[in-house]
Amino acid sequence: MSDGVTVRADVLIIGGGMAAAWAAIAAAKTGASTILVDKGYVGTSGVTATAGPNHWWVPPDPVRRREIIERKWADGFELGDPAWMERIIDITWRTLPDLARYYPFGSDGRGGTYYSGVRGAEYMRALRTYAVAAGARILDHHPATQLLVDQDGAVAGACGHARLTGQDWKIHAPAVIMATGGCAFRSGLIGSHGNSGDGYLLAAEAGAELSGMEFSIQYTVSPAWASTRTLPYGAARYYDARGVEIIQPPRGHAHYQALGAALLEGPVYADLIDAPVELPPILHDIQPFTPPPFVRKGIDMFKQRWPIKLFGEGTIRGNGGLRIVDDMCGTSVTGLYAAGDAATRELVTGAISGGGAVNSAWALSSGQIAGAAAARRGLALRGEAAGKARMAGTVAMHPRLTEQPIDRKAIEADVDHHMNGYQHALWRSEGQLTQSLALLDAHWRMIGDHGRAQGLALVGLRETAAMVATARWCTAAALARKESRGVHVRVDAPGLDPGGNVRLLTGGLDQLWTRPESRSYAEAAE
Amino acid sequence: MIAHIFDDLCNGCNSCVTICPTHVFDAGNSAPVIARPDQCQTCYMCELYCVSDAIYVGPDSHAAEIIDPETIRASGHLGRVRHDHGWDRPDEAGHLDHYRLLGPLLQEGGETAAQRYRALATSRE
Repeated sequence: MSDGVTVRADVLIIGGGMAAAWAAIAAAKTGASTILVDKGYVGTSGVTATAGPNHWWVPPDPVRRREIIERKWADGFELGDPAWMERIIDITWRTLPDLARYYPFGSDGRGGTYYSGVRGAEYMRALRTYAVAAGARILDHHPATQLLVDQDGAVAGACGHARLTGQDWKIHAPAVIMATGGCAFRSGLIGSHGNSGDGYLLAAEAGAELSGMEFSIQYTVSPAWASTRTLPYGAARYYDARGVEIIQPPRGHAHYQALGAALLEGPVYADLIDAPVELPPILHDIQPFTPPPFVRKGIDMFKQRWPIKLFGEGTIRGNGGLRIVDDMCGTSVTGLYAAGDAATRELVTGAISGGGAVNSAWALSSGQIAGAAAARRGLALRGEAAGKARMAGTVAMHPRLTEQPIDRKAIEADVDHHMNGYQHALWRSEGQLTQSLALLDAHWRMIGDHGRAQGLALVGLRETAAMVATARWCTAAALARKESRGVHVRVDAPGLDPGGNVRLLTGGLDQLWTRPESRSYAEAAE
Repeated sequence: MIAHIFDDLCNGCNSCVTICPTHVFDAGNSAPVIARPDQCQTCYMCELYCVSDAIYVGPDSHAAEIIDPETIRASGHLGRVRHDHGWDRPDEAGHLDHYRLLGPLLQEGGETAAQRYRALATSRE
């Protein structure tokens, strides 16, 4: 780090999507010096910018909220936490309208304002402006490569590489928020290229645990040549190469299995003749990124048939992530907090996908909670001299054996195949998962034994390593959960295990482990 | 995938270098350089942020496309994404009024599919 830049802050946020931005706003508002480092650019990074997040939106009517929470808890196969659900509904309801200074909320059609749904690019632009106005310092194109950990094992900052200037950086901060998003294993899902699981790896190297990684099977339908958001496809009909219509339940695992089975046989085509008639004239206005992939190919998406693909969403619209151990979004490591898709969303959505509205409410709320909590810690420790901190990074930095070039492309292709490939993801079984894990373990050993890089090349190699690590945690958890619950479906263990309504923790680097979370932290605190 | 930057339209502001979330561009002498097309995720953000409408992203996210710049220039695609967003008039009241229809239209599509599935499944029994 000889020519690097070293800085000190009260709060460091790693990541640049909506959770990171909401965390920066909350932290900076307290007066804590707040730095946000993002791998990309806050405004375009992550899956929110290309999407249109709807936020879980329930008016403050206690009876109605309780009914909705009870239903959601049951829908989530009893892995959620009603107190957390109530909290994020309330924070979202009170906080989102604050953005009106920066985001032009539209009409609700009844003379009021429509708050809950926002268009991603404008939303992220507004959040950036808000965070800067609140006093946060944003460092774009500053990927973090490892955490700093002090003598007591508490997280004390991070190191990374500024990719537009080519300089390494080091930031000391007694409170760090991981808001790096989920991981879709570079499936091509729109907006997810940067979501390579970096935050899971950095946190695990510092000793953090993960939870719910088995809930990582979720897809979106899109044209085969490009992932888009999904407004037009709800009513789609699907056909095989001979033109025979594929009977498929309209949602859920059986929907993916029907389409996945057909896609393994050959191309599958969609048509949108049943789409709502109001949609074609206004689609470009609601989701302006969706028509260009068709228009530019010369395809009339509402009149012609076109080939489809299922794009894997991994832990982005699956649920797994860093385990939350207290009501401040703290992880199992002192000084490290998690927000958004970097954290497990089981607390608010249980075993099913939080895509649609719950995940956005979680990202906003967990950002606000983590931002405020990290600021309290950062301000309290401001006067203390920074102790000696060690760099926690392992893989791709200190090879155990001779340094050798790593074939990143080949490894990433394997990870994508084993995590997003229909035959693996949609028909999970002990045999399949064991084979996948053996191959992923071999890749992990290869990078750890021989991988070494610096600067921009290190950023890339660490991304590959993070995807392998994330895939291993997902696979180990899927092996350990010997039942089918929510979006985790095992063909060799269909149905619920009556004792399976317990969250499953995982972690470890060279040696993976899994164990049930014996009690919730709320019970443990009593 | 990112296909072309029109040098004659580009004003050299390098905002695409800054805002590209996946580090596709490097700053160049007159116009930015497409340095890492393999990292392009076809998200169209560079087109959205380009005030000169000087960038064209091809529709295929998996493969680079050879395009004829003059055909693209005449196609009406340049600037379309930015125009459809109303990106230059963020404060204009009402330009996101249609947005509230997203949820109901999604739900209507889903309901259509569910009804059709019930009918189809019954008829094939």
